[in-house]
Amino acid sequence: MKTTNILLAGVGGQGVLLASQILTSVAIAAGLDVKQSEVHGMSQRGGSVTSHVRFGERVYSPTIDDGKADVVLGFERLEALRNAHCVAPGGIIIYNTMRINPSTVASGVAEYPEGIEAGIEAYAKKVYAVDGLGLALQAGNARSANTVMVGAISRFLPLSEDLWAQQIRKILPAKLVDLNLKAFELGVQAVAN
Amino acid sequence: MAEQMIMSGNEAIARGAYEAGVRLAAAYPGTPSTEILENVAQYEEIYSEWSPNEKVALEVGVGSSMAGARTLVAMKHVGINVAADPLFTLSYTGVGGGLILISADDPAMHSSQNEQDNRNYGKFAKIPVIEPSDSQEAKDFVSLALDLSEQFDTPVLYRTTTRISHSKSIVSLGERTVSGSEPQLEKNMPKYTMLPAFARQKHPLIEERIAKLKTYAETSSLNRVEMADTRIGVITNGITYQYVKDALPQASVLKLGLTYPLPEQLIRDFAAKVDKLYVIEELDPFFEEQIRVMGIKVDHGKDLFPICGEFSTQLIREKVEGSSAELQAAAEGLPARPPAFCPGCSHRGIFTILKKLKVFVSGDIGCYTLGALPPIQALHSCVCMGASISMAHGMSHVVPASDDLTQKTVAVIGDSTFFHSGMTGLLDAVYNKGSSVIMILDNRTTGMTGGQENPGTGKTLAGEDAIAADIPAMAKAFGIKDVVLVDPYNLQEIEDTLREELAKPELSVILVKAPCVLRYRISKPPLQVDPEKCTGCKRCLQVSCNALGLVEEGEKSYVQIDQNMCIGCSVCAQVCKFDAIS
Repeated sequence: MKTTNILLAGVGGQGVLLASQILTSVAIAAGLDVKQSEVHGMSQRGGSVTSHVRFGERVYSPTIDDGKADVVLGFERLEALRNAHCVAPGGIIIYNTMRINPSTVASGVAEYPEGIEAGIEAYAKKVYAVDGLGLALQAGNARSANTVMVGAISRFLPLSEDLWAQQIRKILPAKLVDLNLKAFELGVQAVAN
Repeated sequence: MAEQMIMSGNEAIARGAYEAGVRLAAAYPGTPSTEILENVAQYEEIYSEWSPNEKVALEVGVGSSMAGARTLVAMKHVGINVAADPLFTLSYTGVGGGLILISADDPAMHSSQNEQDNRNYGKFAKIPVIEPSDSQEAKDFVSLALDLSEQFDTPVLYRTTTRISHSKSIVSLGERTVSGSEPQLEKNMPKYTMLPAFARQKHPLIEERIAKLKTYAETSSLNRVEMADTRIGVITNGITYQYVKDALPQASVLKLGLTYPLPEQLIRDFAAKVDKLYVIEELDPFFEEQIRVMGIKVDHGKDLFPICGEFSTQLIREKVEGSSAELQAAAEGLPARPPAFCPGCSHRGIFTILKKLKVFVSGDIGCYTLGALPPIQALHSCVCMGASISMAHGMSHVVPASDDLTQKTVAVIGDSTFFHSGMTGLLDAVYNKGSSVIMILDNRTTGMTGGQENPGTGKTLAGEDAIAADIPAMAKAFGIKDVVLVDPYNLQEIEDTLREELAKPELSVILVKAPCVLRYRISKPPLQVDPEKCTGCKRCLQVSCNALGLVEEGEKSYVQIDQNMCIGCSVCAQVCKFDAIS
């Protein structure tokens, strides 16, 4: 089995690391070797966050090289574009269309760029734009957008369908499980066509 | 089958300490080492503490080890500089219970002020260096290192890098085993009292110890040969081993887990079996130089691989194969997303006023170092933990006195950093008649590393109540007559106080006290902008708050406040000249 490489990219506070945890848990439950890596420390202060998840029969490096990501999973559109070049030939990009201003934009030093969607589409043949925030609100909480994105990526991974709900139940606090299962399902549907 | 978990290197080290029967662990928080102690603290069997600095942490560890307890001390790479003093003599005394000193190095400086390779400390202090390559080894090597420490009567430098510390991989768990007797004190002056007469006897023993360790290294399970295609042989270590396995799956590999002292015969035999020998290691040519000194021909090392920065699979593939893959270019001209003061952070108002006054700000290591970034850019120096006060003191003695505020210095230092090593700088500045203004930004936590306890918070790492250090009382004990208190959310008060203190010829200490809003989850109702009153002048945006954003509607532009992020601190409202924010 070929190693699967997933690059997650977003903004501190969006739950990128929790989403990584769900992905790694599902891969472990599927009996695979898994490595995950991120650099944090600044993330809580509004900085960019990326997380690398790799699974397969035997995984060595915990990081994904540029141009080797089977999936780039963006949690915010600017961060998706920033990392879009990491996608492998034939790989896919799935991204949340929501906008979060970087401090440079908030302070008026820089402008939030126009035309991000078209920019992202230039990097891969298959690109899926997901209204993560809208679907999360539909599920009942804006903070569940990360689970929407997990649902979206689940459609494209060689991991058994029933493992996802099982691991979400295991990882999330009981009171948040139903909401997140709904968010997950909305994510699955968002990329169904 | 043993229970399996996915763990970061830091979590695995903590688990390793638990399984290996460690009784005491001490550290000062610092990325990428912080989570080691946070996880050790979850094991009740181990006494664990945040010490005020790394030197103290190691000294606490030395005491524990002398009493016969297995001991772990952890810090980031620059922390070893602080702890170097006891370390070099600890090499002479040796240990009672095994002692490992973890150095979490940071190639690429993801969150550090320099990029030193701390394996050099092992060679310098003449103690063994151990380097794991994934989380399973991170756990297993703790026990092996403690065995080695006890067997050879030496502290062991256990070195990780950020990619080991913060990457996760699968770990098989074991049970805790506690060997040896209960800790007890035994008087042994020649071993533990390093008077010159005793220390002189020790130095030759240290040299003998290294010689014995060299022999041990030849057959140690810490080093491993993986023979495959013999056209290329690679000697490597730590995380680089993983990159090599991905980049050169056919190559033969000598993976070094014990990287000082080196197994000379093992290396010689390996080199003889391969056509081309590569030595691939991040940062310094630490073992490459030693291997060359052995007279072994190294075909490629630092001639191909950089000394600066972090490696990757891609880099190794490119350097060995001499080709670079064609990659898509990254999107250009995107706005950066740097970290910033949290919405509501108590440092924002202080830096807003410091910038306005145009004083030289002598900074320190902590969240407030973010005051150097745009748009604030009001922190003008930063060298190491605790240096802000002493550096400002130095400036105050050489810059001629004047009323020009640009020629005046304000030192800023956090509470944890003050306890780390700012206290001694303050003592010096008082005693040696300094004249700068010192602002202690007391947010009741160690903010930058994620909000750890410190001697001022009134809690230990275990969450027990503790005696909170009283900063004004300390300053007074050092000889400061008056410590001025300032509310960081009142800009006028900050400005008035600073102007008053800057005008005085003598040293002043201003204590700025407000709890970290992130750590203590403090929030008031969010503020709102009246779009009718807002002129879009962007003055409020200069306070650098992620909750603020400019909205442009045709000709009209105005600021909006994100209601989910704003915690109602009002700093932006105070800088607004049009009374548009309430």
